[in-house]
Amino acid sequence: MLDAFQGLGRLALHFFQRLGRGHLFLLQTLASVPGMLLRPGLVVRQMYSVGVLTLVIILVSGLFVGMVMGLQGYNTLVDFGAEESLGVLVALSLVRELGPVVAALLFAGRAGSALAAEIGLMKATEQLSGMEMMAVDPVQRVIAPRFLAAFLCMPLLAATFSAVGIYGGHFVGVGLLGVDDGAFWAQMQAKVDWYDDVMNGVIKSIVFGFIAGWIALFEGYDAVPTAEGVSGATTRTVVHTALAVLGLDFVLTALMFGD
Amino acid sequence: MPQPVVQIRDLRFARGERVIFDGIDLDTLPGTVTAIMGPSGTGKTTLLKLIGGQLQPQSGSIRVQGEEVPKLGRPALYRLRKRMGMLFQSGALLTDIDVFDNIAYPIREHTRLPEALVRHLVLMKLEAVGLRGAAGLMPAELSGGMARRVALARAIALDPLMVMYDEPFTGQDPISMGILVKLIRELNNALGLTSIVVSHDVRETSAIADYAYLLSDGRVMDHGKPDDLWKSGSEWTHQFLHGEPDGPVAFHYPAPGFRDDLMSGGRV
Amino acid sequence: MNTRTVEITVGLFVALGMAALFMLAMQVSNLSTLGSNDGYEITASFQNIGGLKVRAPVTVSGVRVGRVDAISYDFKTFEAVVTMKIGSEYQGFPEDTSASIFTAGLLGEQYVALEPGGSMTNLVNGSRIQLTQSALVMEQIIGQFLYSAAGKKPEESQNKPAGLQETTQAPQQTTEAPQQTTEESQKTTEESQ
Repeated sequence: MLDAFQGLGRLALHFFQRLGRGHLFLLQTLASVPGMLLRPGLVVRQMYSVGVLTLVIILVSGLFVGMVMGLQGYNTLVDFGAEESLGVLVALSLVRELGPVVAALLFAGRAGSALAAEIGLMKATEQLSGMEMMAVDPVQRVIAPRFLAAFLCMPLLAATFSAVGIYGGHFVGVGLLGVDDGAFWAQMQAKVDWYDDVMNGVIKSIVFGFIAGWIALFEGYDAVPTAEGVSGATTRTVVHTALAVLGLDFVLTALMFGD
Repeated sequence: MPQPVVQIRDLRFARGERVIFDGIDLDTLPGTVTAIMGPSGTGKTTLLKLIGGQLQPQSGSIRVQGEEVPKLGRPALYRLRKRMGMLFQSGALLTDIDVFDNIAYPIREHTRLPEALVRHLVLMKLEAVGLRGAAGLMPAELSGGMARRVALARAIALDPLMVMYDEPFTGQDPISMGILVKLIRELNNALGLTSIVVSHDVRETSAIADYAYLLSDGRVMDHGKPDDLWKSGSEWTHQFLHGEPDGPVAFHYPAPGFRDDLMSGGRV
Repeated sequence: MNTRTVEITVGLFVALGMAALFMLAMQVSNLSTLGSNDGYEITASFQNIGGLKVRAPVTVSGVRVGRVDAISYDFKTFEAVVTMKIGSEYQGFPEDTSASIFTAGLLGEQYVALEPGGSMTNLVNGSRIQLTQSALVMEQIIGQFLYSAAGKKPEESQNKPAGLQETTQAPQQTTEAPQQTTEESQKTTEESQ
């Protein structure tokens, strides 16, 4: 009986320790970010592996999500005679929610796990230690560029997802199902607000990029330097990022779109 | 007597509950090769990390060139590390860049020398370890021994005052071992380095060391010139250096009497 | 992958992202209509603004000419004050233009509709619209329906809440206190018989 309590206590202490380490790590990373302005080459390189290589899955997923929304939206709206509002439905869903959230989840799966694995392996092969002994701060040279890249790429990926999705919805709704082209865009333009909808979506994706980058890099940095350790770090990255993104999405939505 | 480069006094270090070091005293004189030997798991690598400031001791003093390492702030510690070179057991080369860039890395990070000069320096270091022809290879394409030699070239890239070697001979074939042994000694003499070699390859290490420390159970069991240690009377030293299976370090793990154990019939 | 190729692809990627954002701005959202902040402000007081929100449209004959900038409450007149920003290209509304709060569709959002009057002088920045019609309140409509179903005599219209009178008659001037509206409406009811 007492063992159970002891175990629980140990678990809680471990959790808080990890949380503390994670925050200290974040502060260290943020402190190194201004220095990155002097080394843009590092950031550009990371934007390639984090952003450009994630682009394909974002484009394909965005297209299909938009097309499905067009289809499902039409099927529901046509019962109310409101199929002209398909554009509004697709645009608002994507720009406010699906764009930032799904792009963040895809990012976590592709780029986040790659980052965690890369950093974890660098730790396991003592490369980070080696850099420290060469008087090079690994947080500055390795972590900060990747963090900045994640932070900068997320809004671009989310916007691309939304834009491609809207065209996908247009293709299905107007092209295949016969919704009026003019009504599709006109209603959308009347109802989608630049500040309230698009900008809020962009703010969300920036926050998600911050979180996804932080979790992926910390998991890699803190990983146990063995094979199981790195594999655990990679899976934890995807799971924790997904949970954090969905939880934050609720909080942000309540703040932005509630009263 | 010249000032020791590394001076450790009464070092105590524990990892959680486990005590790793329980009062270690150690000196390394400039220009010498000092060997630190001992059985596996005594924390020899940990000692190097303590000297390099990657770990903090519970108590005791670690001085490198007179500076108290545990008390150094970040910038001062980094300045000190530029004067130290470290050769990790696995080499710890950066896997995404080639051999040339690996050796050029510390030069490019810490100096603003023009690329032409950097190239000269890198080629000189590679020539010193005999791998100038491998400059374009990626770390994944190198054999273990070659990776270590590249790591050695990188460790001396900035002409440090001391180099620490973490188990450099482990798992090497005789030729690679011979090459590394020769390099460690010759570079030490040629560059006026102070070297600390951590190893349990007693024969190779004793051949090149000027002074040796034998560690076990968190304490210094014996120290002295390698020749003296080999001829030493101490039982433990004798068993360790000659690799005898039984002696002060017993062959049998503590257990109840054999006959009683067989007769009892139950599970161990 | 050499540096040049990396940099080119990252540049293309960022350009694509920017293009997507631009597309969202122009094609999808109302950014093009939000445009200039220059225009002129006019205010109107309502007894009940219903569900009117800031940024709701202000229309004339169905054409959007501006938006609601701010909504506040005046403790002296006990009425809601709605501040509207009209686009500078829409000048020349007569001073006796009336403002009403209507609902788009059956259950849609509420907006302000202006109906021009016939005065010679025009509304300018800071003008105040005198003639207003408050929003419909569901409960009052239902109440009116119940009352009209229960009692048939028009005199019993005294019991009807003040706001309802306005829906059955031409827009009235807003007054200082609610009681006065009831008295006035009673007078007009008697007059119209």
